[in-house]
This record gives sequence, C-alpha cells and structure tokens, in this order.
Amino acid sequence: MKDKLALTGNEAVAHAMRQINPDVLAAYPITPQTEIVMAFSRFVADGVVDTEMVPVESEHSAMSACVGASASGVRTMTATCSQGLALMWEIVYIASSLRLPIVMPVVNRALSAPINIHCDHSDSMGARDSGWIQIYCENGQEAYESTILAVRIAEEEKILLPVMVCLDGFITSHAVERIQLLEDKVVKDWVSERKTKYSLLDVENPLTYGPLHLQDYYFESKRQEAEAMRNAYSAIPKVVDKFEKLTGKRYDYLEEYKMDGAELAVLCLSSTYGTAKTAVDRLRAKGVKAGMVKLRFFRPFPAKEVVNALSKAKAVAILDRSDTFSNQGGPVFNEIRSAFYEKKDKPFIINHIYGLGGRDINVEDIEKVYTDLEEILKQKKVETLVNYLGVRE
Amino acid sequence: MATLKELVKRPEVLTGGHRLCAGCGASIAVRQVLLGTEHPVVVGCSTGCVEVATTIYPYTAWKSSFIHNAFENVAATISGVETAYRALKKKGKIKKEIKFIAFGGDGGTYDIGLQSLSGALERGHNMVYVCYDNEAYMNTGIQRSGATPCGASTTTQPAGKVKPGKEQFRKDLTSIVAAHHIPYTAQAGIFHWKDLVNKAEKAFKVDGPAFLNILAPCHRGWRYPMEKTLEIAKLAIDTGFWPLFEVENGVWKINIRPKQRKPIIEWIKSQGRYKHLLKEENKHIVERIQKEIDDYWKYLEGMCKATQPE
Repeated sequence: MKDKLALTGNEAVAHAMRQINPDVLAAYPITPQTEIVMAFSRFVADGVVDTEMVPVESEHSAMSACVGASASGVRTMTATCSQGLALMWEIVYIASSLRLPIVMPVVNRALSAPINIHCDHSDSMGARDSGWIQIYCENGQEAYESTILAVRIAEEEKILLPVMVCLDGFITSHAVERIQLLEDKVVKDWVSERKTKYSLLDVENPLTYGPLHLQDYYFESKRQEAEAMRNAYSAIPKVVDKFEKLTGKRYDYLEEYKMDGAELAVLCLSSTYGTAKTAVDRLRAKGVKAGMVKLRFFRPFPAKEVVNALSKAKAVAILDRSDTFSNQGGPVFNEIRSAFYEKKDKPFIINHIYGLGGRDINVEDIEKVYTDLEEILKQKKVETLVNYLGVRE
Repeated sequence: MATLKELVKRPEVLTGGHRLCAGCGASIAVRQVLLGTEHPVVVGCSTGCVEVATTIYPYTAWKSSFIHNAFENVAATISGVETAYRALKKKGKIKKEIKFIAFGGDGGTYDIGLQSLSGALERGHNMVYVCYDNEAYMNTGIQRSGATPCGASTTTQPAGKVKPGKEQFRKDLTSIVAAHHIPYTAQAGIFHWKDLVNKAEKAFKVDGPAFLNILAPCHRGWRYPMEKTLEIAKLAIDTGFWPLFEVENGVWKINIRPKQRKPIIEWIKSQGRYKHLLKEENKHIVERIQKEIDDYWKYLEGMCKATQPE
C-alpha cells in the first residue's frame, strides 16, 4: 500500500480513473465535476494514461459518444452532474437499455431553477428509474474505491448495466482528505481488460445496435432490462466479496452505526452519514437509544436489507436530499415506505427533506430529527409525515 | 474512380428488402455513398426514415455493423465509435482499416443534430457524415424543417387561405459545414451517380471529417408520381435549385454547371407541394425564389473564384 495522499474527492476519483485507464473518456466540464475532467486531462496530456479523450461540446454528446464507444467494445467513462446530467437524460436511458457498462461519477448538485451549484441529490435521484446502478459515497475514499468497484459491477456478464458513482458536490468533491490509494498494478489487475461478445468493430460478425422495437418486441426488451437489475442485486455482493479480498473494505448495500438496541433510527445517503454519526454518539452519551443506517446502493434497491436493518427500531426517519414534489416525500422515503408494506410490526416511518441547494446540515439538525422521533414514540402517532429540515418557512 | 462495371460488382451493404417506400430517393443516396469504399464500414444512423425502415427488430437490412442511438446525436455517436477504433488501433488490438459513416436526414442534421454535427466536425473525427436531404420531416409526416425550401407546403406550414406554405428560405447547411474548414465538403444528387460516387470516394479517402449533403427526393412529401424520382432529381440540377459543388481543402468548385439553367417554374410545376404557387397572386413568390437561386449561384461563383489556388 502506498502512503496516504491529501486529495480532494474529485482528485481521488480522477486517480481512480487514471488507474482504471479507460480506453475512451468523453466528457464536458461542469461545476463541481470540472476538477475530475481537468485532472484526468492532465494525465492524458502527460501520457500517464493512454485513454483517447473526446472533448465534446455538450453532455448530450458526451453520453452519445460514450454509447458509440462502449458499443464498440471498449471501456468507456464520463463524469457529470446537475444540468449536465439533465441534458444527457435522453441518452442516459439509451445507455442502460443497450446494456452498455459505462461508469459515470456524478458529483451531486442541485437542479435549476433557481440556478445553484451546491449539493443536493435532485440530479441523480431524477435518474433513479433510468436503469443505471447507483452508488452513493460518503467521502473521497469511498468515491475513489467505488469508482474502481463500479467497473467490475458494470461489466459483470450477468449485469451489463451502467453505473453512476455519486459523491456530494463541494462537500466531498472539494474537501481535502487523506486518501489511501491502491497500488496501480492492483487496480490494473482488478479491472483487467474489458471482454465483450458484442462489438461494432467486429466487422466479420456485424451486429445492429438500437433497432426499432415495435409492439411485438419492445416489452420483452424492457423485461430483460428489469431482469438485469434483478441479476445485479444478486451478483453485486459477489463482486463486493472479491473487492474486500483486495482492499479489506466492505461495500455492502448498507452500513449500520450503533443499530444494536436502537429504538430511534435515521437513514441517509452520502456525506451526511459522517455528521449523523456524531449526533448518534452525542445522543447515546445522553442515554438516547439512537442508531443510524447509511444506504450505499439506491439501484438496485436493497429492500430486504433496508427492512431488516430498520426493523430493529421503533421509529425511523428517512433523510432525503431531494424532493419529488408529489406531496408524498422524497424518493428514498417512498422506496423504503413501500418496502415495509408487507412487514408486520413495522416502525413509525417519517421523512425529512434537507440540504437542498447545499444548505448545510449540522449535528444539531440531526439531533432535532431524533427529537421528532422521540415525540412520535411518546404520542404513538405521526403528526407530520413529510418534514422540511433547516428551511425558513 | 471505379467504372460502372466495377461498381455493380461491389457487394451491397444495404440489402434489398428494407421497408423504405418504392421510389425513395434516400435509399438510392445511401447505396451510392456505400459504393465509395471497399473497406468494411460501421454505419451510424439518426432516427428517421432510413433508420426505422432498415432495422425493424428482429430484422436488419444492413450487412455491416450498425448503430442507431437517437435523433440528434448520430455525429457524436459515430465519433465515439471512431474514437474507440483509434484507441484499439493505437494499442495494436485492431489492424483492419474500417470506415465510419453517419447518415442523418435533414431534420437530424440541419435542425436538431446541428450542434452534435458541428462538435464532431470541429474535433476532426475520421468519419463521413451524409445528410440525405428530403427537405422535411418525412418519417413523421412531412413537417417543415430548416431544409424545407421557400414556398413548399408542409403539414406544419401548410399552404392555406392566408399563408403560402413556408415563407423562409432554407438554411445553407453545406456552407455552414464548409465553414468548419474540414478536408472535404460536397453537395450531390442521386441522378448524377457518377458525381456522387466520386464524391463519396473522396470523402472516404480524406484524413478527417468529410460531409456530403445529398438531395434525396421524396415523392410522398413532394407530391409527384413515385416513378419520377430520378427525373425530379435531375430537374433539381437543371434548374439550379440544387447546385452540385464541392469544397476540397478550402477550394470551392462547381462540378456540374447547367449550360442554361431552366427557369425555376419548371421545378415548381413538377411537384404538388408547390401547386398553390401557380396561382396568379403567388407569382411574386416564384419570382423571389428565382432571385434567391440566381443570387446563390453568384455566391457560389464568387466562392470558387475567391478560393482558386494562385
């Protein structure tokens, strides 16, 4: 193992990409993702990687070029966020439907309007039904390792789906951490070379990507896509096991903190987990039976694991860093509440939407969530299902 | 250039049995372009007539590899394929010479795909982009595009009681592409097959992007009898409506110059989409169109003169 390096989250991701050394990278700069593209471009300019870069004129063309390159059988990456992800939306769906294992870091940033460059999860949460696997990272170390892990998940023959590796804009992307990098050779061996049976460049065995499916075949094609995501759910833990042997790190669907004997639980994604752990420690010190769950994979959605983990508690709050504007709470909340439907003796489950447009979330905010949960247990009922945390109303 | 005898012996990349209309100009354009190389090709196609009619799952009319991504992004898509090829070639993992072609209709090229095309041209990918220009969104039912000529009636700018069809002149896409100063840009037509195949050969040979804008008559949209496609294609050249020219390394050249351009009214009379222009009250529109064509020829002659090597 090399020494730890002081790197921003974006630089850590760029180093992961350097070690992966993809054949093609097509990307367009956008704050706060720009640093990834800049750092990687430097690796290209200095001949550190032999990636062919496609400096496209928009994110729409970035994903379009990725589709063309990945369909040609080569390892292909890009990175984006926010408006960029929104612009490439049309092709995001096509990438997964054509079963192209593209890996894309998404540096989570709020969607316009109003325009805002700071963190929330509106961008990637909007793409939750696009057929991509989604990994949410707590810090730069996780973003680095998840990017490397993602390559093998995406290219696993039973899966063959693209992966978004999501890290919090500025909070993770621009904060400097001490990052432990893997040896270059270790990563090189881990990703090895992409193997595919379906390349456009195999001109002796021509194939057609993207034909028109009408009423007689479209549904079967989509059903297969659903099956691929089911396969992903069972295949990901096996890839994670192999990754653990390499790194000593577990990248399970979720992570628990002090959930043993917890009566009150909060579930969140990404960087908020770090803040929340401090809140849990403080509350535990006061005798409050508080616990915490971090959801790492949102797609495939690990319903069984989430229900098992949260069933230990009597009252649960789901933290969402985006809203669905459905009057029914955020996307993570909706998914989890639905997963509990069959469960007898379920805990009270409420939703807190927080941190939109980079609004800071601090330890006291999270303590307030536990106070809400205590009140629910006392009253034995939920007064407000969907709460907005840390906003002027 | 290869002789006709040699050309007819070249294997077809687009097979018969595709579902384009009888008398379709676009399929003729595609086949003539594909005669321009003997190397294997990877074909990209934007959403449109050629795409929907050649790849209805589980069938494909393509003997080459083929990719359709979306409507506006065939240039970006094929640029990704071409980049993958270069990446593999650099590493010695692929040795074969392969050519890359993007086919887009006028909607996918003049309008929604213009940004994607411009980006790919500026980046200098080694690809041939072919616009089969049938002058409207024909696949979805004859809607107006930036390529629709002035005076034509379309379903989104129909000739009505107060409107004479399209009131604007079409965009000069070929000049826009030429302004990217790519190695080869040309305008071609399907009647003049020799000129077209010759241009396709040049396009495949250059190192870098090449662009062909090919007028592809559509009898459904232009309203003429389907057996007259080639006659109409010829009339477009004879009237000067569609000049055949090329820009090779910055040098403009008119390839076929009608001795005496036929008056544009002959073109207008030949197609139902213009029939309202034959009314007395619309005579001034015909005059406007004639003037526009005469002016364009002056512009072309000027460009040829200005770019002649000394």
